[in-house]
Order: sequence, then C-alpha cells, then structure tokens
Amino acid sequence: MVAGPKRLIGVALVAVIVFWAPRPATMQERAKPVTRIVSLVPALTEILFAIGAGPQVVAVSTYDTFPPEVKALPRVGALLDPDMERILALRPDLVVSYGSQTDVQAQLARAKIRVFSYRHAGLNGVFTSLKELGAAVGRTAESERLAREIRSGLDGIQARVRGRPRPRTLLVFERDPASLRSVYVSGGVGFLHEMLGIAGGVNVFADVARESVQPSIETMLARAPEFILEVRATGMLAPANDVAQAKRVWGTLASVPAVKQGHIQILTGEYLVVPGPRVVQGTEAFARALHPEAFK
Amino acid sequence: MSRLRASRFGAQGTFDSVAASRTRAGDLASVVPSPIRTRLLKTAGGFGVLVVVTCLVAPLVGSSPISLVRVFDRSIPFSENVDAQIFFVARMPRVFAGAVVGAALAAAGVVFQALLRNALATPFTLGVSAGASLGAMLAIVFGATISAGPFSAVPLASLLGAGIAAAIVYRLATMQDRAMSTTVLLLAGVTLNSFFSALIMFVQYIADFAQVYRAARWIMGDLDVGSFDPIVAALPMLVIAFAMFAWLPSSLNLLSVGADAASARGVDVGRTQRLAFVSASLATAAAVSLAGPIGFIGIVVPHLVRLIVGVDHRLVLPASALFGAAFLVMCDLAARTLLAPLEIPVGVITAILGGPFFLWLLVRKG
Repeated sequence: MVAGPKRLIGVALVAVIVFWAPRPATMQERAKPVTRIVSLVPALTEILFAIGAGPQVVAVSTYDTFPPEVKALPRVGALLDPDMERILALRPDLVVSYGSQTDVQAQLARAKIRVFSYRHAGLNGVFTSLKELGAAVGRTAESERLAREIRSGLDGIQARVRGRPRPRTLLVFERDPASLRSVYVSGGVGFLHEMLGIAGGVNVFADVARESVQPSIETMLARAPEFILEVRATGMLAPANDVAQAKRVWGTLASVPAVKQGHIQILTGEYLVVPGPRVVQGTEAFARALHPEAFK
Repeated sequence: MSRLRASRFGAQGTFDSVAASRTRAGDLASVVPSPIRTRLLKTAGGFGVLVVVTCLVAPLVGSSPISLVRVFDRSIPFSENVDAQIFFVARMPRVFAGAVVGAALAAAGVVFQALLRNALATPFTLGVSAGASLGAMLAIVFGATISAGPFSAVPLASLLGAGIAAAIVYRLATMQDRAMSTTVLLLAGVTLNSFFSALIMFVQYIADFAQVYRAARWIMGDLDVGSFDPIVAALPMLVIAFAMFAWLPSSLNLLSVGADAASARGVDVGRTQRLAFVSASLATAAAVSLAGPIGFIGIVVPHLVRLIVGVDHRLVLPASALFGAAFLVMCDLAARTLLAPLEIPVGVITAILGGPFFLWLLVRKG
C-alpha cells in the first residue's frame, strides 16, 4: 500500500482523537546539538524543514509527503507500526514521536536516544510544538520567527474577514462519495474548528466537544448550515464533477440554506488537514471559500 | 445444550400435537377452519398492532422538536419546510429501514435456528455477516466510487460478500449427499467466519485510520439511510425471501425435531433445507447491505417470541418478523435520541439490551 496523501487525514484527525494523551511534550534530555533526526510525525517534519533543520532529518514516517525533500528519505513506519530496527540502524540522536508511542519511547530511552514527544492540541499546539522542537534542535530563533509569521498570517486573515457576516458552516472532512452516509464533520475542538473560526465562519457543531462528529441527517437538517465546506486531503473525482456530485448529494436536504443558495464548496489538498506550518494556507483557503469578496 | 434444545423446541408431546394440527390443517383446511388460523390471526394481529403503533410513534420523536402541523402544512413549500424535511427525509426512511431490517433479521434467525436445530444460531452464524463485512471493508478501502443502479459501493460490495460466503457454505454442506448436513453447515460457517475475520483484519492493517474507522462504524450498524432509495434497492430481495419464508413454517416444525423424523412424516428434507438456507441467507444479506450487521435481533427476538406464542413455527415466524420490526425501530429511536446530537450506533443498543436479556434466558432455562 503506497502512502497516499489521503492517509494523512487519519494521522491528523482520527489517530489523535483515539490516541490523544494529556501529557506535556517533554524533552527527556537536553544536551549537544542534534545531527540526525528521525521524525514519525508528518506535522513536525514540516516544522523541522520550515525552521531549517531539514538537512538533519534522516528518515520520516510512511505518511510524510511534504516538503518534497522527504520523498527521497527512508521510511520507518508510522504511528502504529514504527520499525524499531530501522530507526536504530539509522543511529539518530533525536526521534520525534507521538506521545502515545510509549513503547517506542521506552526502547529509545534504553538505547540512550533522545525523544521528542508530540502532543496534538489544536492550533495552540502548533505553536507549542514549534517552540519546543526549536529548542530541542537548537533553532530557537528560527522557530520564533516562524511562530511570528504564522501568527501574523492568521491575524491577517482574521482582519480581512472582520466585520463580515459569519456564515454558520458545516465543516465536512469525510463522506461516502455517492450519498449522505458516513458523514464526519468537525465538532467544537481541534485545529480545523479553530481555522474555521479565524476564517470567518461559525461551526454549526461548535457545541459538541469533540474533534469529529458523525451527525445524523436529522441533526444536519435541524442545524441548517448556511455554508457547507468539504475538506479533503485528496480528490475523489475531477473537481467539476466533484462539485456537481456534492451538490446532487446534498440536494436531498433542500431546506438547508447552504443547499438552497448553492453555498457548497470542496477544498482539496493535504495542507488543509496537517496541523503544521501550512495552517495559514489552509485557513486562507477556508476564508476565500467563505468570503470570496474579502479577497478581491 | 441438548437440554436447552429440548426445552426450546418443546417436548415430543407438544411436537406431536403440532404435527397433528399441521396434518389436519393441510388436509382439511378448506373444510374445517383450524384452530391454528385463529391463533395465527390473533398473534399476527397483536404483533401487527405493535408494529403499526411503533412505526407511527417513532417518526414523531427525535433529537429536534418538530411541529406536526407544520409537517403537513401544504402552504409551505417542501424546500422551505424544515419540519417536513426532518419528518420525510430524515425520520421516515429511517423508521422504515429499521422495520424491514428488524423483520428480516428476526425471521432469518428463526429459520436458521430451526435449520441448524440449534437455539444459539443467528443470521450471522454461517458467515454471511463476515462475508458482508469483508465486502464493505474492501469497498471502503479500495473502490469508493463504483456503483450499480440503485446500489452504491458499500451496500453492493457487502451484498456480494454475503452472497459469496453463503454460496461457499452451501456448496460445502451439499457436497456429500442430497440433504444438507447441519454439522457441516455449522462447522463450515464458523470456519468461514474466522477466515473472513482474518481477511478483514489484514485489510484493516493496510488501510488508513479514517477508512478503518468508517469500516468499524459500519459494523456497528446504521439505519440513517437518508432516502428511500437504498430501501427500495433492498426490497425485491426481501420480498422474495419473505415469499419463500411463507412456505416454510410447517416443514420447519418437523425439521426442528430431526431430519429423519421429518422425512418419516413426508417432508422433502433436502428441498426444505435448501429453501430455508437460501431464503434466510437472502434476507440476511439484504438486511446487512442496507444497515450493516446489527446483532442480537436475530437471536433475542425469536426466543422472546417463543416465550409468548410457543414453539409452533407457523406462529413464531410471522410473530418474530413483526416483533423484530418493532424492536429495531424502538432501538433506533433510543440510538438517535439518548445522546443527541450525537448518536449511539444502533448495534450497540441492540447488544446492550439483548446481551443481558439473553444471559437471563440462558440461566432461566438452564
């Protein structure tokens, strides 16, 4: 099975829901500068490259696709199937892993290899990871600069859409292609929900304190969203057909304002679903979809 | 087990009276109105009223309050009328799907229990649900966009998987001789279940998280079909299955005692077994393709019904179908309202209600 970018949805969304553990990201040891990094977390791989630590990355997870440089790097498994032998054989001095990979962390500790433990925690988590990872790889200045960039990028988007009516939005990230079954939407927790807020939308499921909600047809009708925003890591069909089919599928819910006014949009791209440095691009894509007039 | 079976299907004395009434009903039906007709009418009437009441009440209740006056207010265009949409698009198809799936699974449970002469048999004992689950899993992971006529990918693939599983079991059980061997049926079914489960695990392992989650969710059962189309697609199969069920009850009464005894009383055992297997598998496959493998209906409902109406299949089969319909509609009502706006998978509700009940039944009978 090729590591298709669609798999990133899983890493970014589902896995973290299941494996989220309320533990602080810690550095087991702070010592000499790192030269060989293995990253099992795609969002953190992106951060490493963005703060200039890319040349030190010697291997990544099977889910990594960005930046393009990672395509040439060896793969050492992922969340559930890290290949310990290969990781050790690469003689890393820092392994970036998920907080829930306690076995991996214990083994690495026995091998006296430093571990960076990742905790998934919404948009703020991106800044926390940036700060801590920057410190861990000795690139504090770069990580602070990137944090400022992300912050000002998000502030800029927020400023552009300020004062505009905020559509009540259904943010969909999974659906059966031909019907309204297996619909999964963002609840009121997580980076997608926060990105929607910054982009000038109001999540219709904000009151449900979960990252992912599977709403019934009845709840979707009752919540009556004014905008339906579908987010996908990879396209299912050609874009024009995709939108046509989406409009047909959602057409069943004729009383929903978004359906009546044709406010249904599909955004495709893995950058939308990875909580890394590209959240600014993702948020801007949301904002352009919801408020095209603000970007004219 | 044997004690359980004996008490389940009645002692020989009860059976004889059933057989006697069957002969009478068969020979003299046109001349003398048999008691079974009256009992059937009463039973079907009673359970029928339950189904009708359930199906009328269920669409009125849900996570969002709606006004019935608005629902039927013709002066508001349908596309503007949220209450009508919730009633007709969200709730009615759901209730209807619950009724047909519940009826199919409960009736299939009765037929499989008689065919296998095993009180613990369910519609899923012979591998049909595992085949269907493998099909659904493959559709979710690999072929998300294929479809045929009214079927979309997942129902179509689960139907195919169920059909293949049933065909394999059928072939194995009929290989030796004309009549089916229930032992071979059971062993083949159980083995096939494990085999398909292993394949499912393999596909899960190579799939990504979102797909695994969707597949896991599918296995928990879901009646939120969203329109009448999927129900209409499954309906022809269900109609054929129920038409075949109509031929079965008298023969099942004899078959549940034993193939030899049935044969001695003039039952074409091979034909009855084939009819029972094909009809029950068809009903199960159609139900599973529509709503996923919702458990416990097929085992709890038949036993509950037997407690009420006795062991005569001429009563048990229709009563189970009707009660199964009402039971699943009620379970789904609980599923969609208890944690609203979140939903509890309906298979979880049936298992939570059905599991303890079934244990109680076992202890009581033991």
